[in-house]
Amino acid sequence: MIEVRLFATLRQGRDKIVYLAPEGLAQAADVLQSLNIPAEEVSILLVNGFHSKPETPVKDGDVLALFPPVGGG
Amino acid sequence: MLESAKSAETAPIAERFIRNLGALTEEEQRLLGEKRVFIAGCGGLGGYLLELLLRLGVRRIVLADGDVFEASNLNRQLLATPALLGTAKAKAAKARAAAIAPEAEVVAHEVFLTADKAACLLAGCDAALDALDNIESRRLLAEACAAVGIPLIHGAIHGWTAQVALCLPGDRLMDRLYPKGATLADKASLAFTPPFCAAMQTALCVRLLCGREVPAGRLWFVDLLDMEMTGIF
Repeated sequence: MIEVRLFATLRQGRDKIVYLAPEGLAQAADVLQSLNIPAEEVSILLVNGFHSKPETPVKDGDVLALFPPVGGG
Repeated sequence: MLESAKSAETAPIAERFIRNLGALTEEEQRLLGEKRVFIAGCGGLGGYLLELLLRLGVRRIVLADGDVFEASNLNRQLLATPALLGTAKAKAAKARAAAIAPEAEVVAHEVFLTADKAACLLAGCDAALDALDNIESRRLLAEACAAVGIPLIHGAIHGWTAQVALCLPGDRLMDRLYPKGATLADKASLAFTPPFCAAMQTALCVRLLCGREVPAGRLWFVDLLDMEMTGIF
């Protein structure tokens, strides 16, 4: 399974942690799409704790963490 | 020895800072009074940053904000009052500083941060604090701080969420925080989020100004709805 940890507003309407079957999920962008999260709503994307991009490959056992943009003052 | 002959190093700490001692050393308290910081923005974060830094003993502060107070600021901005609607935020910040610490040297610029003004605003500053409200200005501030070689203490809020980081010149951390295409969902902000974020920024700033070890390049992401703090990078 691929574990996806969601933070802040990305939890709205979703669980804090989501587990996805890895079949058909080749890169982080596929994970976002399967969760109906538009790419622009993710500011920081970590794969196994490392700063990553939507095109970063993912595989069974990976842990993703997704953070939304926070930019107000 | 005459009182006037005492060096700055041995001068007694002013009574108003006595409660700082124990948490800060006398040397650190003196350092705070000697350093100069820039606060970019005098809104939700900037108002609290100014308040906290002055009460801690920072005595040289440069501020910049070209905005005026609107009614929508009243839910969270420390400096905003109904009587000040339409008043320049920088002007209100200057007045608040004079009320808290009349001996402090506070220069307030009623301007928005732009690339051509940034170097001038940052001149002579030991650190900058990010109290801006948009991604474009934050990138500009980070570039300017890197160009003049000073650290930037980033803070940003949204709704129940705050994030804080220390950016060092050349680390390009701001590019990681706000990749191209990142957009803010809305301008939601609650009264407790700016002071929480500003407190974290100020704590980092004090450590930095006092010469203590400071964790750079790390982002603290705080969710006050779920009471979680996550360290990233």
